[in-house]
Amino acid sequence: MTQHSAGSQGVGPAETTPAPAELEQPTTPGARKRLSRGQLTFRRFLRNRTAVVGAIVIIALAIIAVVGPYLFYWKFDDIDYDAFLSGPDSNHLLGTTQAGRDVLALTLRGMSKSLIIGFMVAIISTSIAAIVGATAAYVGGFTEKAILWIVDLMLVVPSFLLIAVITTGGPKGPDAWLLLVVLLAIFGWPLSSRVVRSLTLSVKEREYIQAAKFMGLPAWKIILRHIIPNVSSLLIIDATLGVGYAILAETGLSYFGFGVQAPDTSLGTLIGEGARMATTYPWIFLGPATVLVILVMSVNAVGDGLRDALDPTSGSGGRA
Amino acid sequence: MIGYVLRRLANYIVLLFVAVSLTYFLAATQLHPRSLFLMRNPPLDPRTVEAVLLERNLSDNVPVWERYVTWLTRIVTQWDWGMSPMGAVVNDEISSRIWVSLRLLLIGTILGLLLGVAIGAWAATRQYKISDRVVTVLTLLVVSTPAFVIGHVSQILATDANRRLGFQFFEFIGETGTVHGEGWWPVLLDRLQHLLLPTLVLMLLGLASMSRIQRNLMLDALGSDFVRTARAKGLRENKAVMKHALRTALIPTATYVAFTVATMFVGATYTEKIFGFRGMGAYGVDTIMGQDINGVVAVTAFAGVCVLVGAVLSDIFVAILDPRVRLG
Repeated sequence: MTQHSAGSQGVGPAETTPAPAELEQPTTPGARKRLSRGQLTFRRFLRNRTAVVGAIVIIALAIIAVVGPYLFYWKFDDIDYDAFLSGPDSNHLLGTTQAGRDVLALTLRGMSKSLIIGFMVAIISTSIAAIVGATAAYVGGFTEKAILWIVDLMLVVPSFLLIAVITTGGPKGPDAWLLLVVLLAIFGWPLSSRVVRSLTLSVKEREYIQAAKFMGLPAWKIILRHIIPNVSSLLIIDATLGVGYAILAETGLSYFGFGVQAPDTSLGTLIGEGARMATTYPWIFLGPATVLVILVMSVNAVGDGLRDALDPTSGSGGRA
Repeated sequence: MIGYVLRRLANYIVLLFVAVSLTYFLAATQLHPRSLFLMRNPPLDPRTVEAVLLERNLSDNVPVWERYVTWLTRIVTQWDWGMSPMGAVVNDEISSRIWVSLRLLLIGTILGLLLGVAIGAWAATRQYKISDRVVTVLTLLVVSTPAFVIGHVSQILATDANRRLGFQFFEFIGETGTVHGEGWWPVLLDRLQHLLLPTLVLMLLGLASMSRIQRNLMLDALGSDFVRTARAKGLRENKAVMKHALRTALIPTATYVAFTVATMFVGATYTEKIFGFRGMGAYGVDTIMGQDINGVVAVTAFAGVCVLVGAVLSDIFVAILDPRVRLG
């Protein structure tokens, strides 16, 4: 829904000139440098404190996910035969599970898996959405009708059930999460591609597109070179919010055991495991659940911040 | 108007038929009901297993295409959606679960939507003030928290509250428990106790996403020219906001509400599973775990019908409410 409103609220195609409110008006010519669009967006983003905190948290979590396993003694697949279901102490900072595995190490492992899946799915599905949506709008006619029909088809039935059916009968093992990435990406693009399409419909009427067309550039070159860069602000927002969506979808599936399979782990797998004993042994549940909420909240905050910063009509970025 | 709706409806029905058929092929090739019987100890006679599977149209020795035709014929001629591998009748399951879901979801969903609209609109009129920032951060927190985390946290808190109170005030397993006393009042009280916590969770989830949407819509409306005109003409702030801004901002909300209410049946998978309600959302997960091909296809079809009803309802709402929509 948030993605929808992003499209309709004039996160328009890249403006060739900044909106009037943001025009630099130096008192003496040459006293201040003109800002490029990227710099402008960046400054506006920095003014949104929630979004900046979110960005810092994501970077910090990513660093911890990479470095963390080398800092602590216990590895995620180690079993401590002296500590089953022990609470947080100096040996196991976040306690252990029923099987004697260190919750902190598992959480770090789960977090890196969820992060990787989230980013991969977002990038793949936004790319598909961009290409399919832009193609539908630019080519038009039968192609557009067919694409829209397929999009509707994919939105009719709940993707959660379909993905769960496929992973239940699908391959098991350490690489099974790659299938999950593919599935989440396949079911992630239809809604965004509709937004891309409606934006492209207005972009394709611009003069530079017409010029490129009459110079004899093939359609795919026009789409890749001229249309997609001009809907990029939408795509950036879509990809960012898509990370949050993908992480939530992955953890939701893993919670029921339809996602990342043992012995590997994700935040959803861990939460699902901990949840069964959440009222008596809350630490197995609370550690990964907190990390998950912080992660998704940061991603959403960055997405909201980017939307405000890229939207020339939004006043929330302040004047930059 | 009617012609427009009918045309949309026809298109939706074709879509749904194709989607459900594809789901059948997917489920029939991916799920393995036979494995349930092979795990039995002592082992069952393979011929008995085959006979049972054949009778329930689940045998993987029959080509998928033939199974599909049998499945479709039974639905078209007898409205029989088949059986689970263990012999449960899908029709019976669904007809009982719809009511469970309805009892669980109706209050929470409606309260969540109403409160969400109110809070979102209120926050928009106070943009960038402390109250707006608090609402924005809190709703962002709830939207970023998966339903299963909220559900379990509420259970942890409720266990704690029960311990402090010294008696079982919050009930969170199942739809009913042990009834203390005679007559209808204790029965109702018991049900209400079981409803309280999941309803709060559902309300919170609905409220958060609704208020974020409503705040955005309201901000757009408040910044629009006609509201400025209304103010410039000397209308009282309250009247300008309520009559001019809120009314316009409610048009997209109405379509969203129509869609949410129609799709709520299958949307509460986590809440139903966590609080032990045997509703439609839980059925989806149960059927997949139980290798129940007919069951999962029926759930998907039901969900699809809900989506279509929601889509048609919101089409109608837009056509009625938005004067800019012209129907050809």
